[in-house]
Amino acid sequence: MAEIRLQNLAHSYSRTPSSAAEYAIREMNHTWEQGGAYALLGPSGCGKSTLLNIISGLLSPSHGQVLFDSRVVNDLTPQMRNIAQVFQFPVVYDTMTVFDNLAFPLRNQGMAEPQVLSKVHEIAEVLDLHPLLTKKASNLSADEKQKVSMGRGLVRDDVSAILFDEPLTVIDPHLKWKLRRKLKQIHEQFNITMIYVTHDQLEASTFADKIAVMYGGQIVQFGTPRELFERPSHTFVGYFIGSPGMNLIEVERCADGVCFANTRLSLGAALNQRLDSLDYQQLKIGIRPEFVHLWDLPGSDLPGAESLVEVAADSDAFSAEVVHVEDLGTYKILSLNLDGQPLKVRLQEDQVVPRHRASVSFSAQWLMVYADDFLVTVDAQEARHESA
Amino acid sequence: MKVHNNKAWWLVLPVFLLVAFSAVVPMMTVVNYSVQDIFDSSSRFFVGVDWFKQVLRDSRLHDSLLRQFIYSGCVLLIEIPLGIAIALTMPTKGRWASACLIVMAIPLLIPWNVVGTIWQIFGRADIGLLGWTLNALGISYNYASNTTDAWVTVLVMDVWHWTSLVALLCYSGLRAIPDVYYQAARIDRASSWAVFRYIQLPKLKSVLLIAVMLRFMDSFMIYTEPFVLTGGGPGNATTFLSQTLTKMAVGQFDLGPAAAFSLVYFLIILLVSWLFYTAMTHSDKNS
Repeated sequence: MAEIRLQNLAHSYSRTPSSAAEYAIREMNHTWEQGGAYALLGPSGCGKSTLLNIISGLLSPSHGQVLFDSRVVNDLTPQMRNIAQVFQFPVVYDTMTVFDNLAFPLRNQGMAEPQVLSKVHEIAEVLDLHPLLTKKASNLSADEKQKVSMGRGLVRDDVSAILFDEPLTVIDPHLKWKLRRKLKQIHEQFNITMIYVTHDQLEASTFADKIAVMYGGQIVQFGTPRELFERPSHTFVGYFIGSPGMNLIEVERCADGVCFANTRLSLGAALNQRLDSLDYQQLKIGIRPEFVHLWDLPGSDLPGAESLVEVAADSDAFSAEVVHVEDLGTYKILSLNLDGQPLKVRLQEDQVVPRHRASVSFSAQWLMVYADDFLVTVDAQEARHESA
Repeated sequence: MKVHNNKAWWLVLPVFLLVAFSAVVPMMTVVNYSVQDIFDSSSRFFVGVDWFKQVLRDSRLHDSLLRQFIYSGCVLLIEIPLGIAIALTMPTKGRWASACLIVMAIPLLIPWNVVGTIWQIFGRADIGLLGWTLNALGISYNYASNTTDAWVTVLVMDVWHWTSLVALLCYSGLRAIPDVYYQAARIDRASSWAVFRYIQLPKLKSVLLIAVMLRFMDSFMIYTEPFVLTGGGPGNATTFLSQTLTKMAVGQFDLGPAAAFSLVYFLIILLVSWLFYTAMTHSDKNS
C-alpha cells in the first residue's frame, strides 16, 4: 500500500520529441493518496493507458519520476513495485484451471499452499467464481475470463495499488453494474489504492471518490464527480461530463462583461477585474443545460412575440428560437438558437415546453468563463489579494 | 413439402473429378495390384489378401519399419525442441530479424538430392570439410562404413535441412501472442520458465501441431537424401521404408507385394498422424 506521486512526469514514444504534440503525457505533477478509489477518465488516445503503464512499471517514462511513498521507483520492475493490474481484454493462462489461475500470483511470490487455498476461495467468493474453480480457463466465456483476470489482480492484498485498464469493456451491461459494486466493496474491505481507467463517465463516478479527467496528455481536472459537474475547470471537462455536455459559446470581452453577436452578458465585478488582469487568446462562456433557467411566460410562445419577451422578462433574460425538442423519457432536451449560437436546455418532466420562442437566463452561480479553455476563477484572485 | 433440387450435385463434380484423378484413381490401381499376381497382360490371378499376409511377415520390412520409427522419433525429438529454442532466441524486430529469417529459410529452398549431395561431399574423409576435420582431430569418422556415423550423418542432415521449418512456424506463432500476455505475466511475477510453460507453449500449440505432423510425415517418407548420401548402407543400416519399397517394386519388380506394402505404409502414416492430431487437440478438453 502506498501513496503514488508523479513528479514532473512526461512521456513521449518518440526518442527525440520536437513538439508538444509528440508527447503522450505532458509534464504533470499528481498525487494518488494511499487508500483512495480513483478514476482516470478521458477519451480514447488521451494517454490514460500510457499513464497507467507508467505507474505499474510496464513502461518507463521519458521524463520525470514516479514515487511510491516518496521512494523513486522509476527503475523498478512491476514485480518490485508490487502492483496489480487488470487489462482491458481478459488474460488467462489457458492450460491452467481457474483455481490455478487465481493462485498463480500467490504461488509466484512463494506463499504457502494452505494460505493460497484460503485466499483463492476468498476471492472466488467475492467474484462468484466458485462453480468454475475446477474448470480449465480456456473453456470459459469472455465474461468469466475477465472475472478470472480481475481475480488475479485482486487476490494479492499486499499490493501497493491495483490498476484497472477499462476492465469491464467485454462484460455484459447488467454484470458490469454488479462487478463495479464488487470492486467498490473490495476497496472498502481492503483499503487498497485503486486507479480505474475508463472513458465512461458513469463508470467513473460510480466507482471513484475522485476522478482525474485526462485530455491531450494532461490531467485537466481532479475532483469529485460533483465538482466536475458543477465547476468544470476546463472546457473539455464541461463537454465530456454530463449528458448533454456543457453549452460552450465563444465570446468577446466588452465593457462590464462579455458579448457575442448582439447579445451582452454582464459579469460580476470580481470576475471583470480578474479578466482584465489576464492574458488570453480566446474567451468562452459555459453553462450546463441543467442550469439554464427557462422562463415560463404565458403568451410569449407566439411568433413575433419577441418584444413581449424583452419587456416581460427581467433585464438578464434572452429570447431564443426553439429549434428542436428531444424527449428522453424522464426529461427533455430543448435545442435553442440564441443569437446564432446553439444552446441546449434540459427540461424536467413537468416543465412547459415552449414551441417557438423561449426566454432564458443564466444565473451567475452557474455561468463559467473560460480563458484559453481554462476556468477563470475569482476565488484565487481574492486569495491572492488577501495574502498580499 | 420441400422440393429437392439435385442440380447442386453438379457443383460438386469438379472437386470430385479432381480428387478422383489426384488420389482415388492412382490409389485404386495400387489396390488392384495388391490383390493380384500379374505375370503379363494376359495371365493374372486373383490372390486375395495373400500379398498382405506375406508382406506383414517379411522380416526385411519389419527391420526397415523399426528403423523408420526410430528415425522419425529422433527427428521429432531433436527438431521440435531445437526449432522452438531457435524461435525463442531469434530477434523480434529490426534488420537482424529479417537477416535471421532469410538465413533460416535457405536450407528449405534446397532440393532434396542436392542436400544429399552436399552432405555426401561434406562428410567425406578425404575431401569433405566435416569428415576431414573430424579425422584430423583424431575422431574416427566414416559414414560409408560405420553404422553409427551413417545414422548420425543422416540425422544431422535432416536437422540441418528441416529445423528451419519448425523454427519459422514457431517464430510466427510467437509473434502472434499479444503483448498484454507478457505484461500480465510480469504483473503476476511469473518467472521466464512460467512464461514459456503457461503462455508461449500453449499459444504455440496449433503451429506445433502443424510442425509435428509435417515433420513426422516427411521424415517417415524420407527417400532421396539417405539414398544419395549412403545408398541405404552400410549394409541395410540406413535403408528406410521407402527405399525397401522401391527396391521391391522397381528392383525386383514384385509389384503385388510392393503394392500391398504401399497400402500398409500409407495406413501407418495415416494412423500415426491421426494419433498425433487427436492427442494434441483433445489434450485440454478432458476437464
